[in-house]
Amino acid sequence: MSELKGIYALWYREFKVFTRERSRVVSSIINPLLWLFIIGTGLGSFLSFGPVGYQAFLYPGILIMTSLFSAVFFGVYIVWDKKVDFMKEVLVAPMRRTSIFIGKILGGSTDTLIQTMILIVIGIALSFAGILQIHFTVLSILVTVVFLFVITVGLCAIGLIIGSQMESPEGFQLIISFLIFPLFFLSGAIFPIYNQSGVLSTIVLVNPVTYAVDGMRGVLIGRGPQLGQFDPWLDFLVITIFSAIMVAIGTYAFKKMKL
Amino acid sequence: MAAIIDIKDLTKTYEDRTVVDHLNLQIEEGEIFGLLGPNGAGKTTTLLMLTTLKPPTSGTALINGFDITKRPDKVRKSIGIVFQEPSTDEILTGYENLKLHGWLYDMPDHLLKERITDVLQLVNLTDRKDDLVKRYSGGMRRRLELARGLMHHPKVLFLDEPTLGLDPQSREGLWRYIEKLAQEKNMTIILTTHYMDEADRLCNRLAIMDKGKIVVLDTPKQLKANLGGDIVRLKAPHLDQERLKALPYVKKISPCDGELCLTVENASSHLQEILTLVGKVDSVEVRIPTLDDVFLHYTGKALKNSDAQGGWTSGPMTGEANE
Repeated sequence: MSELKGIYALWYREFKVFTRERSRVVSSIINPLLWLFIIGTGLGSFLSFGPVGYQAFLYPGILIMTSLFSAVFFGVYIVWDKKVDFMKEVLVAPMRRTSIFIGKILGGSTDTLIQTMILIVIGIALSFAGILQIHFTVLSILVTVVFLFVITVGLCAIGLIIGSQMESPEGFQLIISFLIFPLFFLSGAIFPIYNQSGVLSTIVLVNPVTYAVDGMRGVLIGRGPQLGQFDPWLDFLVITIFSAIMVAIGTYAFKKMKL
Repeated sequence: MAAIIDIKDLTKTYEDRTVVDHLNLQIEEGEIFGLLGPNGAGKTTTLLMLTTLKPPTSGTALINGFDITKRPDKVRKSIGIVFQEPSTDEILTGYENLKLHGWLYDMPDHLLKERITDVLQLVNLTDRKDDLVKRYSGGMRRRLELARGLMHHPKVLFLDEPTLGLDPQSREGLWRYIEKLAQEKNMTIILTTHYMDEADRLCNRLAIMDKGKIVVLDTPKQLKANLGGDIVRLKAPHLDQERLKALPYVKKISPCDGELCLTVENASSHLQEILTLVGKVDSVEVRIPTLDDVFLHYTGKALKNSDAQGGWTSGPMTGEANE
């Protein structure tokens, strides 16, 4: 019981901070929309994959991009908390480190999911307007949200693991930019993965983000060689295992975290 | 009275450095106890170990009967802390910060509301409770942190440099709250400070630490009395230290800031003789000893304000906090 209240407290704090920092929310929505419209339209004028235009192809990739950047970056706040003494206030409370980690994950995932939800709503509006050729059904939205949730938890854990080991926000940023960009570019988010060779294709196949993109693309657009390639259950299994492993490592990292 | 804190051989070593060296100390319930010392003396590290945030290398301590190494959960329930650096969340309101704290300590809702009202009143922040902490002044923020440290009625409250960086008025106010707490709630308060006037005013007993050890431990009054006389500070072109030393009532001679400080028994009646002996004098000052003199005596270092404020910049204090 006591642990649940503590987890709720940490979640509440992240959520409140998130709702009060409007600029964070706005910029996290604007950026993906710029991608969708500028890159999507620009490349879309001479590219299309499968039955749909490039913009629609890109859309699941944009959802992942939002989740990736926002969730991993969330870890920087723990570095800030350590810089001031807020982290000590939490660590000295009579609750387990595991609960602190869970509270943080839930807080960060909520922030990230809210941002992706806004993009889903915008996507639905665009598809009604005939700009985006995507099948939004209750089922496809539900599956997309579940995929986003599972991958976000894992990505959030990555950010928190790195954040718990770092002492400066600058160092954190440096490390995650080495991580985020390969994860993003080599996930099939902006180009199809079926036709790549050698090392690149190996990286694509071990990148867990690939399976999140593939699963969402399969359900939002359709399956085919240039669209969703894998069985959706396989996609789901891979990202679930990935997130479970990250949460396990994160729990351990929090237990070992030094001040 | 039983000791609420019983420190036994507490030690913390980092590679080749011993930061806290076999510390032994008992603190009684209801005491306001001061931990003083120059930067790097090991005060903050001691506090971090007592509050279970850092494991000791060897030795241990009992707080409220619980061992800090074996039952950190029970220890954490027994203590409250006001940290050296700001530890409230700026983007939350004062009230929200307190509510969060109550949840972290698993307080039932009705008790939580009652306590928040209570502590806000104690530190005079009731009318500002719904403002974001961002909009608080340094003193208000410190008071909020104090209120938060008290909310769960800890048996022991740790204050790490509680008035660092505050203006004189806010310090005076905070001191009054601290005294009120010790009296009304019979709370044991352990504080570290760089300000000797603060230690003198608040502490029942204090320990001066240097290089990880306690150099001296007593009541402020006794510490001052132990120096054995008044302080005479002289500035003169020709000073014959040997002849001054020969005087029976001169207890000690030490250089201070390019001048000479004598510790003299009953200085007011011997001043004439000293001055005659010295001859031409540029300036002379006679005063009763303060804790600053005590500090200087035991650590050989004077405390300057610039040191005390180091914590806010990247000065030596940061090094200590990271130990």
